[in-house]
Amino acid sequence: MAHVHFSAGLRSSFTGGVADLVVEATTVRALIRALDERFPGIGEKLSSGTSVAIDGEIIPDADLEALAPHAEVHFLETLGGG
Amino acid sequence: MSRIQVSCTVNGDPVDFLCDADGSLLNSLRDELGLTGVKEGCGTGDCGACSILLDGELNCSCLIFAPEAEGTTITTVEGLANGDHLTPLQQCFLEGAALQCGICTPGVLVAATSLLNHNPNPTETEIRYALAGNLCRCTGYDKIVRAVREAAAQIRETSA
Amino acid sequence: MTIAEDPATTAPGYKWVGTRMIRPDGFEKVTGRARFGADLKLNGMLYGHVLRSPHAHANIVSIDTSEAEKMAGVRAVITRADFPAPSGPAGDQDLQRNAMAREKVLYEGHVVAAVAAQTRGQAKAAAEAIKVVYEVLPHVMTVDEAMAPSAALLHPNLMTKGIDPAPTGPSNVASRALYQGGDLDLGFAESDVVVEGTFTTKPVHHGYIEPHAAVADTTPNGRTTLWCSSQGHFTMRAMSAKVLGWEPSRLKVIPAEIGGGFGGKTTIYLEPLAVRLSQKAGRPVKMVMSRDEVFRATGPASGTKIVAKMGFKNDGTMVAAELWMAYEAGAFAGSPAGAGSMTALAPYTVANFLIEGFDVVVNKPKVAAYRAPGAPMSSFAVESLIDEAATKIGMDPIEIRLKNAVTEGCQATYGPKFPRIGFVETLEAIKNHPNYQIPLGPNQGRGVASGFWFNAGLNSSATVHVNEDGNVIVVTGSPDIGGSRASMALMAAEEFGIDAARIQPVVGDTESVGYNDQTGGSRTTLATGAAVIEACRKILADLRGRAAKQWDVPLDKVEWVDGQAQHVDGTQPPLSLEDLAKGWNRTGGPLTASAALNARGVGSAFSTQVVDLEIDPDTGHVTVLRYLTAQDAGRAIHPSYVEGQLQGGVVQGLGWALNEEYIFDRNGKMENASFLDYRIPVASDMPMIDTIVVEVPNPGHPYGVRGVGEVGIVPPLAAVANAVEHAVGRRLRDLPLSPVRILDAILNKDC
Repeated sequence: MAHVHFSAGLRSSFTGGVADLVVEATTVRALIRALDERFPGIGEKLSSGTSVAIDGEIIPDADLEALAPHAEVHFLETLGGG
Repeated sequence: MSRIQVSCTVNGDPVDFLCDADGSLLNSLRDELGLTGVKEGCGTGDCGACSILLDGELNCSCLIFAPEAEGTTITTVEGLANGDHLTPLQQCFLEGAALQCGICTPGVLVAATSLLNHNPNPTETEIRYALAGNLCRCTGYDKIVRAVREAAAQIRETSA
Repeated sequence: MTIAEDPATTAPGYKWVGTRMIRPDGFEKVTGRARFGADLKLNGMLYGHVLRSPHAHANIVSIDTSEAEKMAGVRAVITRADFPAPSGPAGDQDLQRNAMAREKVLYEGHVVAAVAAQTRGQAKAAAEAIKVVYEVLPHVMTVDEAMAPSAALLHPNLMTKGIDPAPTGPSNVASRALYQGGDLDLGFAESDVVVEGTFTTKPVHHGYIEPHAAVADTTPNGRTTLWCSSQGHFTMRAMSAKVLGWEPSRLKVIPAEIGGGFGGKTTIYLEPLAVRLSQKAGRPVKMVMSRDEVFRATGPASGTKIVAKMGFKNDGTMVAAELWMAYEAGAFAGSPAGAGSMTALAPYTVANFLIEGFDVVVNKPKVAAYRAPGAPMSSFAVESLIDEAATKIGMDPIEIRLKNAVTEGCQATYGPKFPRIGFVETLEAIKNHPNYQIPLGPNQGRGVASGFWFNAGLNSSATVHVNEDGNVIVVTGSPDIGGSRASMALMAAEEFGIDAARIQPVVGDTESVGYNDQTGGSRTTLATGAAVIEACRKILADLRGRAAKQWDVPLDKVEWVDGQAQHVDGTQPPLSLEDLAKGWNRTGGPLTASAALNARGVGSAFSTQVVDLEIDPDTGHVTVLRYLTAQDAGRAIHPSYVEGQLQGGVVQGLGWALNEEYIFDRNGKMENASFLDYRIPVASDMPMIDTIVVEVPNPGHPYGVRGVGEVGIVPPLAAVANAVEHAVGRRLRDLPLSPVRILDAILNKDC
């Protein structure tokens, strides 16, 4: 069970205002698949052009990351660094 | 265009090289003599990375036509140390971490050498103005100024 | 603090970590021996020269290279016809179009063609003989111009992402980032004090002293060796391959020493051009940018416009914040508007906020990452308004920040909760420093600001060898911009328990070590350091096993202490690293191990800074009297180079605040593309930068490292603006705060 939080951008474009959700998923990939079923189109957005923060840690290309029970998941803008 | 032969003394060695009439001394030092410690940061005399001593005076080698070097004595960063024996300035730059990327370092060391040749006991302000023609984008100058001050003190102590 | 007065201090429990060893590459760098990008010369080498667009925006009608090709010494000419048509994801296509213009040029300086010839002069003359017919198009130079309804479009297919409903037609807005929390109307209704304003910043350049340089040597079988100065030779390989239409493995990239990067050397410019010219000419080709080209064609940081409004309670509590921010991307999408949106309010808890960040294309060079990309601009607006609020409330600027500062467990405005962080510690360090109490004179002002940056992890690899004499080679693929060889040596020394001078750190080429992402995002000491530590620990496990074999005892009877294997009961004489290395024939062969990882445990960085400055009321000139910075480094592996990062970031930020800006004429041509006219800080402009390295160890790293390279540049913009306000009594919201602007503010104080 992952606790997913949506940024305001995702709330306005995909989730119809839903701010957070508890989803049964053990990997980020499974989580994105489940979210895409519920909010069609969000899967593509989440698979490219976002980083994922799992329990506070920002992880690029996170789709194969395991989600611990009660993991807190945030989807964020992709970041660059200098 | 026929090339011009130039004879001069570089880092203690008599050398000859060929250059174009409008070629810069910087390019001759780097390309003809292989002294790539002399860096090009701008080519317009604004950054000081190509600093050399020409007959003992500080100059930007990018602003000097190569033929003007005829008969002169030149010191580049490669000529500061005596073999593996570093000068106090070089040693203080290492110990004081006064370089980060190191691209400006050759020019800064030559300019600081010139300063200490003229003024063995410079104030912080004098150091800052003497090095104002040498751009460094990494360090914020703090550790450079400290290293020059420390080297000056060491040189004074040794020669006292 | 002088060198002599500042003896090495080790971190608690460490022998090497926290000491100030002389950097392993130092001797080469103070004697002129170090080889930078432009220093390589190969037999038969040609020189390349680029023909660049003189127009800010124009269709390329035709390119005629016939005359140039016939000129003396010319061996190859390349144009768009020599590169595959752009393909792949949008970002890849932009990379390809930026490397070599296709249908049109999008900024002055955009590459149109390149020539390789036997001398520089021949290459330049031939490039100038190429005939290009342009159809000049209207250009847009600012976010206001680019976002106007009737604006000329740079890209016919650019549809704004992140807008609901999705737009029906193209525009110059590539995307919108949106972060929102609470109820903004309620927040402002609850506020006792509301402050607001519009802030602008100009594009600024990284100003690394070493211009971009590349040498390519392509053999007839198509294999290419590329020497270049970059922040990451593996990414140079990947990006160049995309533009060339090659598999990355055809390229071997050998890193030159890098003469400064600051984010600007994380992308390609000359590299694919040099390779293609070399391939076409069948000879090695060297290309070096002039300073003029560096300014006109390589990434500056975004110019921005930010409309900000914030609300506070009378006790200083921040209750509402609204930010509308537009970032110039340059000619192709990809400004750091998203990062600017996420960092803007990150240091604070605020219940009600709305942050919109727009990525806007304009006819300027494509922006490149620059030290905490996106953060300095949004922080400039937010930290200026916090200062205004503090003044209105009558509160100390440190106290108002302490009142709202995030701590462990707080939710960041961009979503996740913070782990252990050191923001409050930086505020306390400034507050308790004597500088903060020094009385100020007339025309003097003191300004405070704070900043946040994420820091990064990403991919790193390292290989560690023990030589037969017991000395150690540490190979990584992370270019050393500011002392990372030294930090790798110190961490390896700590692991092995041997003198750091016995460690030789090496930056390996793309065929000598596993993949490494770039030296950027403040990640190298953390991530590449973690790979080094892991590789060392593999060898240490191996060494214990070999000692156990030699003593014929179980493994758990062997421990590694102070550089040698010891029997826990003391029944065997210890075996040193040298002993075990000498005897490796008998115990399993050479000692080597590699580690590769996608680094986790990134710890974010905070900085708080205070500047005292004095303004000349007759000229508007600013003298920086003193500067104090406090930044959380987690753990300073080599304190001198950590201090150097902190100080260097501050001074770059001071340049941004006081002097630096791209100036364009009405045709979109840059007017100040030299170090004379684009004035970066020089030694006589600056005071000493008093530096406090705060150490709140990052629990995610074996030695507590956070990464220190970037956040230091975030606070100076607002710190200076705040100090100027206190000195002249006028709030200035447009950077840079050049003498002209300040004098105008003094003379028109009552306007």
